[in-house]
Amino acid sequence: MHELAVTESIVEIACRHAKRAKAKRILRINLVIGDLSSIVDESVQFYFDFVSQDTLAQGAELTFRRIPVELVCGACGHRWNPPDADWVCPQCGEREGRVTAGREFYVESIEVDT
Amino acid sequence: MSHIPVVERIMSQHDRVALRNRALLDERGVHAINVMAAPGAGKTCFILATAERVRDRLRLAVIEGDLASSVDADKVRAAGLPAVQINTGGNCHLDAIQVGQALAQLPLEEIDLLLIENVGNLVCPATFALGEHTRLAISSIPEGDDKPFKYPFIFANVDVLILNKMDLLPYIPFDVDAFCRTVRGLNPDIAFFPVSCVTGEGLEAWVEWLLQRVQRL
Repeated sequence: MHELAVTESIVEIACRHAKRAKAKRILRINLVIGDLSSIVDESVQFYFDFVSQDTLAQGAELTFRRIPVELVCGACGHRWNPPDADWVCPQCGEREGRVTAGREFYVESIEVDT
Repeated sequence: MSHIPVVERIMSQHDRVALRNRALLDERGVHAINVMAAPGAGKTCFILATAERVRDRLRLAVIEGDLASSVDADKVRAAGLPAVQINTGGNCHLDAIQVGQALAQLPLEEIDLLLIENVGNLVCPATFALGEHTRLAISSIPEGDDKPFKYPFIFANVDVLILNKMDLLPYIPFDVDAFCRTVRGLNPDIAFFPVSCVTGEGLEAWVEWLLQRVQRL
């Protein structure tokens, strides 16, 4: 249920940027979430409807751009998207995968009415 | 309608508080460890077993995070360690703000090592930095060797992993080598210590690693 704290943070960030732009209201919040982040989209949406009440973000649409986990093999340099958490390099069989994508967790942009 | 680029990390405000905690700890010379595990993995027992083995060399304190009760803090105080209990009131993790408030209740000048026992949970605590120097997870034999597949984020994001309850290995099917391989696949730099807090097996190696790390950081 840490989505509540995360959602509060999303609303705070969006409202701060909207105020700075003197926007009347926020229409959309575009999020980028790596698959390694343990966040459930539906749960964020659920909390958002409560947390955004009486803020500039009330009624805004949330979009989630999911980034798949990408690894680069420390042994052979191969890049791949692991289908599950068994991070074995499909090219050389080593377990030397370094995460190059999948940890993203940010508000990318907002769409506002000015 | 106009488009406003933001590109701000969702945890940025929270992490600022964590950085403040970290600065305070650094200033007072305290090394903090965030101890994370599922309920029942043996967090409190591990903290007590560690304390018993380092307390002649390091001055210790403990922060206990639980949804409710002071059962764990009472245990730790009974062992003669200063402890602060945080009740999260239903929250599934400790956050940097709660830890900051607990730090204010501790005599930091008189502490070398602070063990922060997070709420029992393999998911949420991994997202919230507290200001710690070392992130530690505990797995235990009865939980099964498939946990890194199911909760990769926490295994990929800790500095050290303890595999507890090794004394139960004769009774429970658990492939330690396969477990270790999976974990190293997720986190090649992780330090790994199989231990039993009941028999004391493996704790010496862990304590040696800990003492070196506290000295270095």
